[in-house]
Amino acid sequence: MTLVYVEHQDGAPEDVSLQALALARDLAGGEAVQALVAGPSAADAAAALGEHGVTTVHVPDHEVFASHAPAALGRALTQLAARLGSGAVLAAGTERGNEVMAHAAAIADLPLAANCTEVTAGDPLTVTRIRWGGSLLEEARVHGGTKLLTVAPHTVEASASGGSPAAVEPFTPELSDADTAVRVVGRVGTRSEGGVTLADAKFVVSCGRGVGSPDGFAPAEELAALLGGAVGCSRAVTIAGWRPHTDQVGQTGTKIAPEVYLACGISGATQHMAGCKGAKRIIAVNTDPEAPIISHAAYAVIGDLHEVIPAITAELRKAGAG
Amino acid sequence: MNILVCVKRVPMTGGTIVLTPDEQAIETRHLGFTISPHEECGVEEAVRLIEAQGGESAVLSLGPADAEEQLRDAMALGIDRAVLLQTDEEFDGQSTASAILASIEADRASGVEYDLIFFGNESADAGNYQVGIRVAHALGRPCVTGVKGIAVENGRARCEQEVPGGRDVYDVPLPAVVTVKEGLNLPRYPSVPGRLRAKRKPLETRTPERGAPGVEKIRLKLPEGDASQAEILGHGPAAAPAVVDVLRRAGLVA
Ligand SMILES: Cc1cc2nc3c(=O)[nH]c(=O)nc-3n(C[C@H](O)[C@H](O)[C@H](O)COP(=O)(O)OP(=O)(O)OC[C@H]3O[C@@H](n4cnc5c(N)ncnc54)[C@H](O)[C@@H]3O)c2cc1C
Ligand SMILES: Nc1ncnc2c1ncn2[C@@H]1O[C@H](COP(=O)(O)O)[C@@H](O)[C@H]1O
Repeated sequence: MTLVYVEHQDGAPEDVSLQALALARDLAGGEAVQALVAGPSAADAAAALGEHGVTTVHVPDHEVFASHAPAALGRALTQLAARLGSGAVLAAGTERGNEVMAHAAAIADLPLAANCTEVTAGDPLTVTRIRWGGSLLEEARVHGGTKLLTVAPHTVEASASGGSPAAVEPFTPELSDADTAVRVVGRVGTRSEGGVTLADAKFVVSCGRGVGSPDGFAPAEELAALLGGAVGCSRAVTIAGWRPHTDQVGQTGTKIAPEVYLACGISGATQHMAGCKGAKRIIAVNTDPEAPIISHAAYAVIGDLHEVIPAITAELRKAGAG
Repeated sequence: MNILVCVKRVPMTGGTIVLTPDEQAIETRHLGFTISPHEECGVEEAVRLIEAQGGESAVLSLGPADAEEQLRDAMALGIDRAVLLQTDEEFDGQSTASAILASIEADRASGVEYDLIFFGNESADAGNYQVGIRVAHALGRPCVTGVKGIAVENGRARCEQEVPGGRDVYDVPLPAVVTVKEGLNLPRYPSVPGRLRAKRKPLETRTPERGAPGVEKIRLKLPEGDASQAEILGHGPAAAPAVVDVLRRAGLVA
């Protein structure tokens, strides 16, 4: 029996969790796949999860699950896996999925392979997992009685199997005070203005060290506004204090997936590229035709970003945009 | 207050990663080394907290003898002392956590109890997303992950974590384990006197024990289809119409 920790939004399972389920079904090879779903409206996920091959949805019953409580989730998952005799437990390789699985791994003292992209059944299990935010892959053997894995987001396709709604089974985990001590107690800085975020924008224009100064971003701001896009930057810019870290694209910044990514004055370090792998098309603007980014981009303009960005804006205006 | 920060020495890969012929490691002969930006923010936060509230800070790394470079760098920014768990072997997440735990217990035996232990949310290279959480469980302490804002007051840590739509707040009693992310603060640059002082600060070397790896590396490989050559749209401002053409084909302009 394979168990999957499923994240959801008001009872609608997250896509990344459905991707983890697809990998879990592959691994289970016809055996049952069951899910742990927590929080208010968890039971509402039963129909959608049934369609993705889940036979039973287990809902932990405790007031702590009213908000995110990672250690308690790890404990509940561990107890459920032990009771069901699960051979493998999976989750999406999101911040929360990795966190909950690490708690489970720590509690059960089992190995955990984070962010897998492929799995081959067996004992030990063989996996391919990502390192360096996706710039490098590792093939590894996963040992341990119960195999714990997370699935790297957007590397496996979700696939509906057309099953009937899953049965819903509440259960009561045994939680200590320590398990319930870490929980979300509030929310601050709530965004409500509905502006475009870097993570969701269809168009992103970023500038790197080549922009030279904080003021150098004005033309990029203008171009982004014209196309309803967002402005990003490289880490060279954030550590210089020119832009806030929330604008940083990359392995330790934001991961973006726009239709077009216009990367200006950015050399193309692997850690920057790890954040924009999801872009459909990358256009690099660089004075150096040998810059590494040229071999990651679909298109390139060789030139000074201070001239090229305003020229693109002017051309768009001429074409009647904005 | 006593604070410990755990940092990992990793190569500074540039535009392309090159593997060693046996596919077991990154070819590092021509590379410099660093730590994760997350961990840099952990170092900075520890230094700020000790400056403001008094006490002592320590930095720990499990790695080769050369990891002394990263430990001295942290001390140049204001960390007081360092512990090197010296090994040339690669440790998986589970054995890294055990080795760090053993070192924390050795400190405790000599009278040093850490009120706060900072980890990176994930290491730059391995990205196991687990060492801090494992150490927290072994010590029986609360653990908040992915922290981008922290206030320490009256024996508690109020931590903020970025989530879609805002920041979630956690409030935990000390002693605690906190894993942090870049953006928590803007780390300072080391000063020349700071660098000189760092040379004389205490660095203790210990020998860690490695258990059998639970996640056992077979080999490394590069992702497929990464390298291509860009179509050159043109030179300078004259390329603008060709760029707009790409934007139009992408459906961004009518
Ligand atoms: C663990 C780790 C994590 C990291 N995470 C991130 C991350 O999340 N995001 C990130 O961005 N980096 C990250 N980095 C840093 C990364 O390795 C690079 O140092 C950084 O991306 C370099 O930024 P850059 O391209 O702006 O600067 P540089 O590498 O200095 O490149 C500047 C480029 O601008 C070009 N240029 C100069 N002037 C002009 C001009 N007038 N017009 C056009 N082009 C011009 C130059 O030819 C050059 O190609 C990380 C590093 C590590 C070790
Ligand atoms: N070799 C190491 N030496 C010191 N700290 C480490 C080491 N490996 C991991 N860590 C710490 O644990 C965090 C999480 O690592 P990981 O679980 O590998 O993603 C890192 O950001 C470091 O703070």
